[in-house]
Amino acid sequence: MPDLTYTELLYLACGAFLLTGVMVLWRRDLRAVIRLFALQGLALAAVIGVLAAHQGDLELALVGIGVGALRAGLLPYLMARALAAGGEDRETRPLVNVSASLVVAAALAMLAYAISRPLTELAPSPATRAVPVALTVLLVGFFVLVTRRRALSQVVGFLLMDNAITATAFLTTSGVPLVVELGVSLDVLLAILVLYVLTNRIRASFGGTDLDELRELHD
Amino acid sequence: MRASELLVAAPAGVPLLAAAVYAVFGWTRRTAWLGAVAAALLLAAAVGLAVAVTGKPALTGCWGLLRVDALSAYMLIVIGAVALPAMLAGPGYLADRTGPRAAVLARRYGVFTQLFLAAMALAVLAASLGLVWVAVEATTIVTAFLVGHRHTRKATEAAWKYVVICSVGIGLALLGIVLLYFAALHAGLGEGEGLDLALLAERATALDPGVTRLAVLLLLLGFGTKAGLAPMHAWLPDAHSQAPAPVSALMSGVLLAVAFYAILRVKVVADQALGPQFTRVLLVAAALASLAVAAALLLAQRDFKRLLAYSSIEHMGLLALGAAVGGALALGAVLLHILGHGLAKSALFLGSGHIQRAAGNSRIESVRGLAARAPLLGGAFGVGLLALLGMPPFSLFASELGIARAGFGAGLGWVIVAAFALMLVIVAAVGRHALLMLLGRSSEPGDRTDRVDRGAIPLVAALGVCAVLGITLGPLGDLLGSAAAIATGVAP
Repeated sequence: MPDLTYTELLYLACGAFLLTGVMVLWRRDLRAVIRLFALQGLALAAVIGVLAAHQGDLELALVGIGVGALRAGLLPYLMARALAAGGEDRETRPLVNVSASLVVAAALAMLAYAISRPLTELAPSPATRAVPVALTVLLVGFFVLVTRRRALSQVVGFLLMDNAITATAFLTTSGVPLVVELGVSLDVLLAILVLYVLTNRIRASFGGTDLDELRELHD
Repeated sequence: MRASELLVAAPAGVPLLAAAVYAVFGWTRRTAWLGAVAAALLLAAAVGLAVAVTGKPALTGCWGLLRVDALSAYMLIVIGAVALPAMLAGPGYLADRTGPRAAVLARRYGVFTQLFLAAMALAVLAASLGLVWVAVEATTIVTAFLVGHRHTRKATEAAWKYVVICSVGIGLALLGIVLLYFAALHAGLGEGEGLDLALLAERATALDPGVTRLAVLLLLLGFGTKAGLAPMHAWLPDAHSQAPAPVSALMSGVLLAVAFYAILRVKVVADQALGPQFTRVLLVAAALASLAVAAALLLAQRDFKRLLAYSSIEHMGLLALGAAVGGALALGAVLLHILGHGLAKSALFLGSGHIQRAAGNSRIESVRGLAARAPLLGGAFGVGLLALLGMPPFSLFASELGIARAGFGAGLGWVIVAAFALMLVIVAAVGRHALLMLLGRSSEPGDRTDRVDRGAIPLVAALGVCAVLGITLGPLGDLLGSAAAIATGVAP
């Protein structure tokens, strides 16, 4: 593939990755948030696919398909099931309102650019120049995690961070060794299953998944 | 497969097999003691490995995925030594759980405790930093169900916080690993070896300092979260106080230490790539913050399991302090402190389980006059607290002294002074609570002494070992020396 198209396609996929991440801040309907997360999984798979096509690496392409299946298929499916079981599909009152959240996202993007300078300088290439995008999504995910009050929103925040780490891995090094990649995917899947079970338990014992209710343990 | 490879795989393999047996046969009268047998075999394999690697090159196994050097072998001994009393306490803990779901819960307990041991053993056996990460995250997943074992509101809340905070923390460590791998590839390491701990340490000077600095910061934050260092400690008191007593013993006694082991491994690479000052500043900050948090929250503590949990934060702070000082003396003291703290803290958590069962809750004020009602358990609990506060002859006294001496030698005198001032506050706070629990006037004439006192035996045994270690290291001395040399980066 000619270099120019490669760069354009890569940045298109990275742009979609960033946009879906930031739009999570905008939507309060949890079903829409899950759809956005699934789209982000597809964008991540597309990033890996473009890198694989550029390097002519079949193994990397297969890894990309696996990542896409997990993050755009299985994980959103699990979350949609958890949501359907509970019947609460709105984020009630996030600690920070939408417009302030978007301003924060812009500030986080600048922070991400500052942090990732040494990475780009070590190996300047179209792929490493996209690393700030991944780090922005990481910080946005962390922001979602600390400001949202629904159990499911926190899970989405965690998964945004995880998508961002995976994207960083592929943009910088075309992925960590396969053993580690498999272990990481398995651990993330299991962590989500654990959180899925715990969400049900919280609903059963607290009568809802508003995490503000979790305040029995304190000093 | 050769005998040495089998021995290398045994510490993780044996608990895995035991977990499989529990999954198939459930928790019955026949399998109840299997967990303890598996822990004993783990300890035996650890001793065998220690003999094989002390002063000799490392052993590898499982297609190069596992590698045991003196530091790994030492950590395996710590895991085995704490797991054995904890697993021996399991049948007693489950004996009085009744109800329709008791069998399901007991089977789950058996499977998850053994998987927990296997994951911790894997974390210290792994040759690659990536596999260390996978194993540490696996411990979060298996212990989540053990923390929430009792299905109460409090246990569910603790489990949720535990999984979310630790997964996010460990996620940051994963990003750190990715960046370190990136730096390693550009330092000339091949694709399969970019995360190999020994190779990374060997080639550390070639790593790009800018990227490595960011990676090390993320790794310390991530594994520091799991090790319970302040300010990332918020999950620890909840999880440790809600888990079943034998699980609390394992989490406080060894899981924190296993996460700290990862920090020590990262530090070896970081110090050669960036010079010792970078990790030193971060670790000193974490150490003082941990000690300050522990001191502040111990003063007005009303729950004795949370008291033990905050004491763990204190001791993790001391480990960070020792690691910040660096050098053979300080790191030898840190490693000895890991073992001493593991033994004393697990003994106390096991004892707290018995006290909680007798008192009906874990509030300090509902346990008064323990020394009169259950002399052996109360006495052992009191002696255990003394050990934890660093009184002689227990090994924690020796290791704290070692850290302090090394600190003054390294020009960190003011940090040591600040740390020991905070520890004085902790001694006063814990001492006051202990006096109330042991000698305070009892309001209710409860009498369950026979039941409670039998539980003191593993407690006394663990404290005995801890006291002996404070006087002489015996054959452990050579291993400790080799392990400290690896942790300082002197030996490969």
